[in-house]
Amino acid sequence: MSEGTMSLTLKVWRQKNSTSKGEFKTYPVSGISSDMSFLEMFDVLNEELITKGEESIAFDHDCREGICGMCSMYINGRPHGPKNAITTCQLHMRSFKDGDTITVEPWRASAFPIVKDLAVNRSAFDRIIASGGYVSVNTGNAKDANDILIPKEDADEAFSAAACIGCGACVAACKNASAMLFVSAKVSQLALLPQGKVESQKRVENMVAQMDVEGFGACTNTGACSAECPKGISLEHIARLNREYFSAKLTSNNV
Amino acid sequence: MSWVAKTLSSSLGKKLLMAGTGLFLCTFLIVHLIGNLQLLKEDNGQSFNIYASFMTHNPLIKVISYGLYFFIILHSAVAIWLTILNKKARPADYAVSNTSSTWASRSMMLLGTMLLIFIGLHMVHFWARYHFDNGLSLVSYGTEPMKNLYEIVDAMYDRGNEGWIGFYVISQLVLGFHLSHGFASAFQTFGLNHRKYTPIIKGAGLTFSIVIALGFAIIPILMYLN
Ligand code: SF4
Ligand code: FES
Repeated sequence: MSEGTMSLTLKVWRQKNSTSKGEFKTYPVSGISSDMSFLEMFDVLNEELITKGEESIAFDHDCREGICGMCSMYINGRPHGPKNAITTCQLHMRSFKDGDTITVEPWRASAFPIVKDLAVNRSAFDRIIASGGYVSVNTGNAKDANDILIPKEDADEAFSAAACIGCGACVAACKNASAMLFVSAKVSQLALLPQGKVESQKRVENMVAQMDVEGFGACTNTGACSAECPKGISLEHIARLNREYFSAKLTSNNV
Repeated sequence: MSWVAKTLSSSLGKKLLMAGTGLFLCTFLIVHLIGNLQLLKEDNGQSFNIYASFMTHNPLIKVISYGLYFFIILHSAVAIWLTILNKKARPADYAVSNTSSTWASRSMMLLGTMLLIFIGLHMVHFWARYHFDNGLSLVSYGTEPMKNLYEIVDAMYDRGNEGWIGFYVISQLVLGFHLSHGFASAFQTFGLNHRKYTPIIKGAGLTFSIVIALGFAIIPILMYLN
């Protein structure tokens, strides 16, 4: 049931392109239903801006159901806003009060350059995945799914790591803009399974090297990443990443 | 670069250096505290002076102490290196920030810098005088005459020196906060995270930081009151 409409003040980061200097602009919005999602509220604001002949606010979004990880917005000092374990598209206006001022910023990390306004370029993540976040499968007949036995606990743990949607909230929340939680999830989901073990040493070495090349920071174990992760990826995966990395470095043949 | 240098200079390798040197410094704190507690014995400094003389003359401990100086420098140098890189990774701050992490974990560099200043002054106060001040009085307990370090410590924590005593006590608080994050964090960096043991490690880290901070802080206070 709708609880009536609300009026809000939005302080939004506006930036023309990756090289220009950005600034906050203040926009009053009204007639917002508490049942709207945060992105729908931005749609309303953008409609108004377009009608007035102003430039609309650029922001990323795609699925609008919490699975694509595109909707990066730093809302009132937290990635994806005040609620835990959700993305911006899953945040509803009922989480705010009528008359609130809401500050919206883009992810801030030098590895995620701002494209425009709230949209950042997260292709650094793609390059990390390309460096090793896969298993090589030869062509041929599809194997029976139960050919290789996997303990239920391992499968569950791998699945919980695989829940990572690559949204970058971990990087955004980290004071060092570190990508450890993301990389640890991607390393773990494969390292835990027999299919992934085959290439595990090369994978972790290459992915960490790529992560460093991209200019993400190091981990101080503050835990801000995991607290803000919409999929609740646990710090245990970072410990596994460390184990995998150090043991690979000690024993692999890659000099 | 050799594979060893490459590994240690990677983001994970630098953290490994921080964790390894940090935990070594933790073991040093235990030894140092046990030694210092002898200041509280009512024997006019006898056991403390004997301990201090042993620590400066035993060849094995001499070697370890050089390791200690080296580790303090390495821990600080890698910390500065990491801080510069981390700052580069996040050059702009948010206008509003509400992330849920402990203050200590976010302030390790600040706390560490304060500790480094403390260590420097602490060494000027005691270590340098013990080693290089030839005007120190000598005592003998049926042994070779030894320098009376107790006298310097006693004078340091005397009336009129409240400023320095306050500085020492506050520095121990800083140390406590630094350890409250650093101890458990080192294990996580080593990759030791386990459902059974991580809660124990976290509990031990918190206990360790409180015991160490209180233990060191209580000595100047008690010596002042006596
Ligand atoms: S680990 Fe969590 S916060 Fe980081 S990219 Fe994956 S889903 Fe997003
Ligand atoms: S738009 Fe896909 S997760 Fe939000």
